[in-house]
Amino acid sequence: MAINWFKYSAPTAFYGLAGKLVPWFAWSSAILFAIGLYISFFVAPTDATQSEAYRIMFIHVPTSILSMFIYLVMAFYAAVGLVFNTRLSSMMATALAPTGALFAFISLWTGAMWGKPMWGAWWVWDARLTSELILLFLYFGFIALHASIDDPRRADRAAALLAIVGSVNVPIIYFSVKWWNTLHQGSTIKFSGTSMHIAMQQALFTMLLACWTYSVAISLLRVRSIVLERERNTQWVAELEEVRS
Amino acid sequence: MSSMDKSLTAGTAKDKLSLFGLLGLVIRRDLILAMRRRADVLTTLVFFVMVVSLFPLGVGPELDMLRKMAPGVVWVAALLASMLSLGRLFSADYLDGTLEQLLLAPQPLSLLVLGKIIAHWMVSGLPLVLMAPVLGLQFDMSAQALWVLIATLLLGTPILSMIGAVGAALTLGLRGGGVLVSLLVLPLCIPVLIFGAGAVEAVTSGMSVVSHLSLLGAMMLLALVFTPWVTAQALRISME
Repeated sequence: MAINWFKYSAPTAFYGLAGKLVPWFAWSSAILFAIGLYISFFVAPTDATQSEAYRIMFIHVPTSILSMFIYLVMAFYAAVGLVFNTRLSSMMATALAPTGALFAFISLWTGAMWGKPMWGAWWVWDARLTSELILLFLYFGFIALHASIDDPRRADRAAALLAIVGSVNVPIIYFSVKWWNTLHQGSTIKFSGTSMHIAMQQALFTMLLACWTYSVAISLLRVRSIVLERERNTQWVAELEEVRS
Repeated sequence: MSSMDKSLTAGTAKDKLSLFGLLGLVIRRDLILAMRRRADVLTTLVFFVMVVSLFPLGVGPELDMLRKMAPGVVWVAALLASMLSLGRLFSADYLDGTLEQLLLAPQPLSLLVLGKIIAHWMVSGLPLVLMAPVLGLQFDMSAQALWVLIATLLLGTPILSMIGAVGAALTLGLRGGGVLVSLLVLPLCIPVLIFGAGAVEAVTSGMSVVSHLSLLGAMMLLALVFTPWVTAQALRISME
């Protein structure tokens, strides 16, 4: 069966599809969060060297992974929107940015809370911490640029260009920060390469999936709002049940 | 316009004006305009001098500490000063309609943009480079460190102008553009800051500066290839 994928590149068609998909992702996210948090708090054993404080990793690691992943996805959508002039891709990029920024912030926050008992400091100028902070700044730049341009088409295209420039710059920033730090001193604490307990792996993986499904659900919700906002003067929006009632 | 059309029109225009001649014209025009309004040029320089001079007042006059801080302070101040002047890069041309004419010109827009960036650097970046050694003396930097500081600023400030041009083009004509452009551009400038200040620190601690300078040079070449084109695209988006 051949599916016409391009059908859903029109906001009209995608609005309905996103509405159908949101409950699936939202519920699976809720269930996965419940399972993941249960494993991470009650099943996963206490760590030999880091005692109970290590459990914050089950939030910290998934959010950091996703904050970087979402930036790439966002830049990809933005680039597609810029090159092929598809409105929906730009809307997706806009919808993803706040979630990415939120995850980057949570990752920094939980990292600080983990760092205090482990390193004895809320903040260390470690390469990873610094690049995560810069990633947060890049998200802020994207959101601020998009918000300050009134014309949505220009906002989409300008923000898209910024996202592409940013994604080209991310590796340069990462390596320069890394070399900057190693020129001064080696990082003091590293995750030991020893094999993780199986329950820890399960918890981490479940939490990663939970965060992923959450970000899909919330971005789809957000993109629905953006579609409604941008197309508010059209006939099909006026005919929607939720708009009429 | 297809690329073929572009090369054709450039070919016919060649009889009158080579591309380098055009580049020279753009640079000359912007320099003349800048010289007519010298206050703007001086403002950036004075800001740079003031920010650097404020640091000893803030952290105390111990020479040992100042010597250690000097490269970072000078570099951060140069970064902030270059942000300050970015608003002027396209705004005057945007307001009086010159920018539209540049966009319509048969010659590649990237080249015209490159000319404007070079002129902007000569007006706002080069004075900082020349002023930096004097400020370095305030911080009791050694002669060797001063030479390295000049070298890194010479390599680094053009990169700041080039990356800044992208931000200036994206925020063209927006309200609050000045603050916004800093928000967009500063994170992208971090590598330049790291290697620029790092080179001076390396030479004072007796290490080789070659790797730092090579990386700065590589970044400059990379920026030289891509940023004029990206800026041209950004201008087209902003002028639609």
